[in-house]
Amino acid sequence: MSVENLKCKECGAEYELGASYFCEQCFGPLEVRYDHSGLDAAEAKRRIQAGSRGIWRYADFLPFSGRPGDPLEPGLTPLLRTDRLAERLGVDAEIWIKNDAANPTHSFKDRVVAVAIAKAQELGFRTVACASTGNLANAVAAHAAAAGLESFVFVPSNLEEQKLLATGVYGTNLVGVRGNYDDVNRLCTQLAETHPWAFVNVNLRPYYAEGSKTLAFETVEQLGWELPDRVVSPIASGSLFTKLGRGFQEWLDLGLVEGEQPAFNGAQAEGCSPVATAFAEGWDVCKPQRPDTIAKSLAIGDPADGPYAVEHARKTGGGIDAVSDAEIREGIKLLAETTGIFTETAGGVTIAVLRKLAERGELKSGEKVVAYITGEGLKTLDATRDTFSMHEIDPSLDSFDAEFAAQEVSA
Amino acid sequence: MSVTVKIPTQLRAATGGQAEVEVEGSNVGEALDAVFAAYGDLRERITQDGTLRRFVNVYVSGEDIRFQQGLETAINEGDEVTILPAVAGG
Repeated sequence: MSVENLKCKECGAEYELGASYFCEQCFGPLEVRYDHSGLDAAEAKRRIQAGSRGIWRYADFLPFSGRPGDPLEPGLTPLLRTDRLAERLGVDAEIWIKNDAANPTHSFKDRVVAVAIAKAQELGFRTVACASTGNLANAVAAHAAAAGLESFVFVPSNLEEQKLLATGVYGTNLVGVRGNYDDVNRLCTQLAETHPWAFVNVNLRPYYAEGSKTLAFETVEQLGWELPDRVVSPIASGSLFTKLGRGFQEWLDLGLVEGEQPAFNGAQAEGCSPVATAFAEGWDVCKPQRPDTIAKSLAIGDPADGPYAVEHARKTGGGIDAVSDAEIREGIKLLAETTGIFTETAGGVTIAVLRKLAERGELKSGEKVVAYITGEGLKTLDATRDTFSMHEIDPSLDSFDAEFAAQEVSA
Repeated sequence: MSVTVKIPTQLRAATGGQAEVEVEGSNVGEALDAVFAAYGDLRERITQDGTLRRFVNVYVSGEDIRFQQGLETAINEGDEVTILPAVAGG
């Protein structure tokens, strides 16, 4: 049982385990390949359950030969069944929320970064870097600080202030690029050629992406070693979406869980919906877009794994929907009011798509639906501005009573 | 028009180590054809059935050609045509 090599997802060409990410023959993405022959499923489960309280409990399925030390270990975030949300949606499906805001830097990016930085250290890099829409910036800056590595974090300069502040605090080199995320990404692809750095989502991307599988593993474990019937996940580059699928598939193939792949529903914002558009049009490539949405963490106009996300949604009988900025704000509020979980705009996109599915009658009676909340509401506070009003009163009983005279207050 | 085509590091074995190739052409397709004429190995890696492979991005002076006229995108004297892998980011 070990990590074997890198393999091109397009043409199958194989490469050694190093800092490379695309196929020199056809430009296809490289993916980590494992040799799990001889794996005993029962023993693998025991090893997991005896493991750490985070993603490294799944180290046997990650691209390392041992279990990396990690001062900021992410993972084992809550998976909560929410009947109040199901009721508001008017469905009798089981609605589960995987709250991945409960990670060290409050987004699912801690998972992928933990894996990428452990790999960067193994490969001997001293400096790590990334192209980010914000959450990744937070995670890279924090994990680099914890590991004692130098870091460079590249973001669009018009990012939400909360995400800039929550990155700079870790002492990183924060670089605001005057352009959109796709410009930042192109620049980092070029910088990765000229600088001997570990760009977590460029030259280390095959390893980085593996971190998202841990969300699938946790879901299965937390459901009592069962698969959900349907998942709803946001799509930016499409990496999380496709790796959730790969995580479920690996465990199906290895006998750690039985059943079949859940139906995969992807969630995008209308203002940046290249993957939803490709799905609707039946294309096998995504036509790039210039993003214009409040869901900045999903604002990738040229999604690297878009074609694979489309393929996986089709194959599993799911779909990919896009929602408006107004629906995103309502999604944030709906989740907050029914579960007490405050999510960022990406989570608003996910909940808004969940609502669309409910309205279309696509959430079947009794099915287990897991919606992935990938980030924290405090990072995108502007999205909730003016969605409610505050009562302002003098510090007196009269003032309070006058303010609420017209309103029935329950005991 | 004379333009510079920038070759990614991983493909430079096919250009004898050259990072940049100077070619003539009035649009992106012509410039790439001129590169392939000089370095035949590159054609199959970058294109398939006459179009760009789906994980290849091409930029003219920083602008993705898919926002312009694709391989027909006109190029001007001194433009830089950059070939990059599309599988980064996210």
